[in-house]
Amino acid sequence: MNKMFGESWVTTTFETLEDWAQRNSFWPFPFGTACCAIEFMGTVSSHYDVSRFGSEVVRFSPRQSDVLLVAGTINDKMAPVLKKIYDQMAEPRWVISMGACACSGGFYRSYHVMQGIDEIIPVDVYVPGCPPTPEGLIYGILQLKEKVVRDRKKLAARSAQGRPEKETTGAHAGSATA
Amino acid sequence: MPTLAPPPPETRVGYDLDAVRAKFPAGSITTQEGAPWPTWIVRREILVDLARELRDNPATRLDLFVDLFGVDYPDRAERFEVVYNLYSLPFHARLFLKVAVREDDAVVPSLVKIWKGVDWFERELYDMFGLHVEGHPHLRRILCHEGFQGHPLRKDYDAARRWILTEDKIYKPHFDLPDGEDDLFERMTINIGPSHPAMHGTFRLMAVLDGETIIASDIEIGYLHRCFEKMAETHNWQQVIPYTDRLNYCSAFINNVGYCKTVEKMLGVEAPPKAVWARTILSEFSRIMDHCVCNGTTLVDAGALTNFWYMFQIREEIYGLLESVCGARLTVSACRIGGLIQNLPPDFEARCRTLLTMIPPFIKDVEDLVDKNRIWLDRSVGIASITGAEAVNWGWTGPCLRASGVAYDVRKAYPYDLYDTVEWEVPVLYGGDVYDRYRIRMLEIRQSLSIIRQLLDRGMPEGPHIVDDPHVALPSKDACYNQMEAMIYHFKLIMDGIQVPAGEAYTMVEGANGELGFYAISDGTGKPYRLHCRPPCFPIFSTFPQLINGGSLSDSIVSLGGLNVIAGELER
Ligand code: SF4
Repeated sequence: MNKMFGESWVTTTFETLEDWAQRNSFWPFPFGTACCAIEFMGTVSSHYDVSRFGSEVVRFSPRQSDVLLVAGTINDKMAPVLKKIYDQMAEPRWVISMGACACSGGFYRSYHVMQGIDEIIPVDVYVPGCPPTPEGLIYGILQLKEKVVRDRKKLAARSAQGRPEKETTGAHAGSATA
Repeated sequence: MPTLAPPPPETRVGYDLDAVRAKFPAGSITTQEGAPWPTWIVRREILVDLARELRDNPATRLDLFVDLFGVDYPDRAERFEVVYNLYSLPFHARLFLKVAVREDDAVVPSLVKIWKGVDWFERELYDMFGLHVEGHPHLRRILCHEGFQGHPLRKDYDAARRWILTEDKIYKPHFDLPDGEDDLFERMTINIGPSHPAMHGTFRLMAVLDGETIIASDIEIGYLHRCFEKMAETHNWQQVIPYTDRLNYCSAFINNVGYCKTVEKMLGVEAPPKAVWARTILSEFSRIMDHCVCNGTTLVDAGALTNFWYMFQIREEIYGLLESVCGARLTVSACRIGGLIQNLPPDFEARCRTLLTMIPPFIKDVEDLVDKNRIWLDRSVGIASITGAEAVNWGWTGPCLRASGVAYDVRKAYPYDLYDTVEWEVPVLYGGDVYDRYRIRMLEIRQSLSIIRQLLDRGMPEGPHIVDDPHVALPSKDACYNQMEAMIYHFKLIMDGIQVPAGEAYTMVEGANGELGFYAISDGTGKPYRLHCRPPCFPIFSTFPQLINGGSLSDSIVSLGGLNVIAGELER
């Protein structure tokens, strides 16, 4: 195979393939707690139909999903739960924070509300609004798509620089043929 | 500024508070003058006996326990005041009791033996104010987490002071296991939630199972406690309106109406006819919307997904109307104290009429699919049933209570807005089970449609959408730019807010899941001194362990949806 196509060809194709699959088929874990969850329900129902963007397979198990969609207020009592769920998700994983509350605590500057989920977990896309409109959420999902591609390119560039070339390509080619 | 409105007259013949009063020593009960409703200030020692007497005496029969909350007055010798709100279904009368206690002796007796529904309210009292409730079976925090220190609704607690919950402090369940259980072989304890679709994202159920049967269960809430009441104290009266949206976010508009009516009552202003007309219509649309989500999700929990799409489509259409009225879909904030946010759009009536023709086919589709569906009937008939008397003792209101055969509806009992000018009925069913709770909502949607139709036929009243009072409503933009006086009023209202005279008020509206009340106390400083929301689903959800114990695990999942517990309102 290496003789026929050359090493790099296999590497690139696999990544492109993976990229393409990953960015067009997010499996979100809807961590919906409050009002924003109702708008999330609106987004997945027939009118806005988020399956047009490949994100309709909602999974309520962290092990089966790759996007954690936090929709709603997270308070200090919920925080350990959110952290645990994030920790249980397999890599690669992304986080969308939907709504003012998840982004920053919203207008609840109060004794029991976390001032943004980025206090405990990293966030990839912030969707503003209280609640964001379904269009807003869909835009956020599209933004995440772009980010996935961008991140992977960066990652690839970094690993190409940092490690001896042979080893890298070997590892990728190996996983591609496996 | 006008004074508070006089208390509304109590109606039914034979209702006699003095019959109870005479049984207690003179001086232990005093009537509070100038209170918005009949109110007794009661000495703590007689509270339990008095409560029992009020419930059982044939001259009072105050059988429905509505509400309980505390107020903190740091300057008074008796720092804490506890307010009880009781209602008599047979006599259609309401009575408030107030008990004051000192800080160094902050104890009140528990009324759990008299009204079961008081259980969670007393835990909340302990959590928020640090009052010890003597005789409560398991007094512990309910809304705040276990790592929390201090009592947030005390006036000296800083509104933004947070505490971190560490994993070792997380609540371990407590079960009241039935005696004589020795079959340990198959027993298993499971935990569902809080992040579980069947628990709607924010409740935690812990159950001990014997095979498939739940023998004991415990629930934990507080995962969405957002401090509404404390937030209200740190904002001025208008700024509270967006917070009320987020109580019951499935029917946000009704919350707006409830809150605005309370403040209007304190101010002594009345919304103009056009605003009242629109409020009634939009409240009913919100009710339809709420019932749709409730029934849709209940059916999803039983595995019937199609209905959810149908029901949500209705919501989507109503969103369109709300968006044209105020620009927002879900959290509308469309009411203002004294009226509405802005004038109604020119096509308001046409849009409403379109909705009136659009909604019934969806309802009919769902009914055709499930009403006689064998699977749904097997899953819902006789499941998690409760009798009317029990439900009243637990403090239920709203559709869930009416599904158990008690026809209490605030819109009929204390008609507000235009409800007494249209013809409609209160649907009542008698099964008290999951099926009847589903059916009653379908029937109520029909009634709501009929109310809206009658109001539309009457035509939109002419006139302004908000009162013409510069102390309450913002002047028009045009006036602001061209008249000195209007600009000053605008500035004052924005910077200082509405100045509500000192006093108290309690008003209630029929929320989508029961009596939604707001008790407001003003000290005249421009911010609410205390604002308490009476959450209809709070007592309803506290019944949940009792409803599911003895049933199978899968039945417990089906029974949750029909109770219509909305976390935002449950935990505020
Ligand atoms: S951002 Fe707004 S709509 Fe979303 S959960 Fe927070 S309060 Fe509710």
